[in-house]
Amino acid sequence: MSARERIAGGTASFIDERTGAAKWMKKTLTKVFPDHWSFMLGEIVMYSFVILLLSGTFLTFWFDPSMREVEYEGSYEPLNGIKMSAAYASALHISFDIRGGLLMRQIHHWAALIFMAAMVVHMMRVFFTGAFRKPRELNWIIGVALLTLGIVEGFLGYSLPDDLLSGTGIRIAEAIIQAIPVVGSYLSYFIFGGAFPGEMFIQRIYAVHILLIPGIMLALITAHLMLVWYQKHTQYPGPGRTEKNVVGYPLMPVYMAKAGGFFFIVFGVTAFLGAVAQINPIWIYGPYNPGQIGAGSQPDWYMGWLDGLVRAAPPIETHAFGITISWNILIPGLIIPGIIFTLMAFYPFIEQWMTGDKREHHVLDRPRNNPNRTAIGAMSLTFTLVSLINGGNDLLATHFDLAINQIMWFSRIGLIALPPLAFVITKRICLSLQRADREKVLHGRETGRLVMLPHGEFIEVHEPLSPEKAYVLTAHEQLPALEIGEADANGVANPQGLKGKLRARISKASQEQISKPTSKEMLELEDGHH
Amino acid sequence: MSESNRELEPLSDPGLPEHLHRKTDVDPLAAKKAERQVSILFTLSALGTILFVYAYIWIPEDTLIFLPLFNVTNAHQLFLGLGLAMALFFIGLGAVHWAKTLMPDHEVVDYRKEQRSKDEDRAAFVATVKDGAAQAGLGRRPLIKRSLGLALGLVGLSPILLLRDLGPLPENDLNETNWKAGTRLVTDPGDRPIRPSDLEVGGVAQVQPEFPAGKVRHLDDIAQDSVLLIRIRPEEFNLDAERLSWTYEGIIAFSKICSHMGCAVALYEQSTKHLLCPCHQSTFDVTRAAKVIFGPAARPLPQLAITVDNEGYLVAKAPFNEAVGPSFWGRDSG
Ligand code: HEM
Ligand code: FES
Repeated sequence: MSARERIAGGTASFIDERTGAAKWMKKTLTKVFPDHWSFMLGEIVMYSFVILLLSGTFLTFWFDPSMREVEYEGSYEPLNGIKMSAAYASALHISFDIRGGLLMRQIHHWAALIFMAAMVVHMMRVFFTGAFRKPRELNWIIGVALLTLGIVEGFLGYSLPDDLLSGTGIRIAEAIIQAIPVVGSYLSYFIFGGAFPGEMFIQRIYAVHILLIPGIMLALITAHLMLVWYQKHTQYPGPGRTEKNVVGYPLMPVYMAKAGGFFFIVFGVTAFLGAVAQINPIWIYGPYNPGQIGAGSQPDWYMGWLDGLVRAAPPIETHAFGITISWNILIPGLIIPGIIFTLMAFYPFIEQWMTGDKREHHVLDRPRNNPNRTAIGAMSLTFTLVSLINGGNDLLATHFDLAINQIMWFSRIGLIALPPLAFVITKRICLSLQRADREKVLHGRETGRLVMLPHGEFIEVHEPLSPEKAYVLTAHEQLPALEIGEADANGVANPQGLKGKLRARISKASQEQISKPTSKEMLELEDGHH
Repeated sequence: MSESNRELEPLSDPGLPEHLHRKTDVDPLAAKKAERQVSILFTLSALGTILFVYAYIWIPEDTLIFLPLFNVTNAHQLFLGLGLAMALFFIGLGAVHWAKTLMPDHEVVDYRKEQRSKDEDRAAFVATVKDGAAQAGLGRRPLIKRSLGLALGLVGLSPILLLRDLGPLPENDLNETNWKAGTRLVTDPGDRPIRPSDLEVGGVAQVQPEFPAGKVRHLDDIAQDSVLLIRIRPEEFNLDAERLSWTYEGIIAFSKICSHMGCAVALYEQSTKHLLCPCHQSTFDVTRAAKVIFGPAARPLPQLAITVDNEGYLVAKAPFNEAVGPSFWGRDSG
């Protein structure tokens, strides 16, 4: 036994004799993880969260979350002698007088953008492959909560430096709070400790930004990962992969090395961006002053779609009986986001209701094999994308020399017309992909090679698919639509009456499929070939 | 999937594909080469750290260099970052390469069980809960149940009450600014009173109400008091008699705080006489009392009535006759 083995054995034995963990650890270390590039998206989210914790902690060592007025004296000469909040002055101090401070600020901000982007793409993966289906609905809901918290956390983060751009963002947030019916102005006075901007806000959101929300997120991420662990990962369809097993690599050593290595890769890439790509140059904006503004005020992209909705809103307010209701703020700022996030959180259950399928699923869908869901996803993305584009309408107008009026009408009409269009087109595309799959399974793959038949006609050579490939294309099940009064896959009778009819109608529309080849068709073809 | 369903399946599961050996599994030379590659990657990481330390200690913080892609950039900051990026990135790449080429790549199979517990466990669980509840006897002792409900309901109030001192009540604050009848307009920045002649036709100026000596202007004040003065030719106004009387020799004054969400309405386009808010592009027509002609704002910018005092300085004729800034529930809009 080498010295190293002896130490390892000794440590293991020390721990086991005090915790009895050996049995559990053995099971854990050989736990199986399926491998696919899309499973790394969630890892990127987790790693950038860790990067945020590390870089953020570094920033707290110098950041002064105070709105006390100070006169700047430091290395950045253009602002010398200017009055500003201590928060802004300390962010300048971090940027110019602490070695590596600017790097850390930029790493922190880039990590936040990567965190949000990876979260969104991870969510898309989960959605389009149906990974949220039973038994994983809870994890989907945790995910929606994390996304929401991430948006808030990011907003509070870039509000902290108290520069002109971020102060403008806070002003807009204050207007949304103030617009809440009945209690709005009270809420605003409580949150800001009096009139906007007051002298309390930065110190309050600081506590929320570095403690409260990260703490909640950490707890949710832990629960999220424990569920992944306990329920075992989903896997893509393929030979040898069933609802009853999970095929992949053991945690120790392969998965550990890959995942651990991947953490350093993500950190390295974030550091590279922090080194070469300037982000949020607060010294250019100047300190916040409610009477001033920079042209082209834009939030970070994950808030941009909300801003785009606000910009597209028609100018409607109700004035009656001495009260004012700002629909132009409430609808885009609170009501639509509220509806979107609620529908998103409940989507797994909405889908169960549409299909009547309440069974467990561990093998993922290929997006084309669930045209309805894929189309719903494309519809939602289109809506968000049009909003996001409208959030940059001023930039679009100046860069492409368009009239802002045209862009606004494009967005207003687009927000209503394009999502349904995206739904229909996506569904058609899915169905034709299904048709192509069916052709491939029955008649083989087109090779692009032409041969001339004896009588002079050209035909393209079709190569039969390997049994593995053909299996992947046919392994999905095609659920029949619910009939009125029929029992669903769980044996629960579908109610009669209007509700039942509606549900059957929706189910029928949502279950449209190109039927995959049957074994009979396959046999007939085989007979024909011989 | 039920058995009968299975028969309809076109293809049966061919099972896991055969495991193919990698070059590094069968060829010791290839394995040796992979080992070398991994160690080169780790060495690159070490070099990155050395670069980091070098930049931290020896590259002065104000060294500017010219690099093709980056233009003029700060060398201290750049090499610090590149060193850190290298140090981290190559550890990761090395580990992944190691795992991919040299660690076992046998896929293994594990089995799942249904998440649902067995029926007898579920029944036992329900029985335990029922049993526990029965032992507590909450159902049999309504007095306890009700008083406990009362206590729990009330105890939830205290944390809410504790938040009360977060801030004062708005009272009438949002409806008031520091503008009073006779308040002088002073330049911002500069705090100098202005005469009409200081502003030429086509000009714009930002002003604040004059404060008595000793009173400090806070950001809260600026967030409510900021006013834009714009001077055009009087005949270009398209105002009713009252609003026209609020102007002075072609000078008109509006609250600078956007009636939409409170941004500073800072962009004045001289040729069209439009004021534009950069936040959501609400556009206001100066000649028509800041009527909204584009964007999500639902109300004109409040207009401040101005005139001159006996020394010839511009003053407010009266306070704003409506609340400035974004709307709120109790905003009395008549
Ligand atoms: C999910 C987590 C987080 C997100 C999305 C996030 C996002 C942000 C963003 C976008 C900024 C603005 C940076 C800039 O451009 O200046 C920021 C600032 C800041 N964050 Fe975070 N953050 C997170 C977690 C944390 C944590 C855990 C800490 C501390 C333990 C922290 C401490 C800070 C500090 C001190 C600042 C202000 C310093 C400065 O801007 O120079 N953050 N955050
Ligand atoms: S704040 Fe001015 S347009 Fe929205």
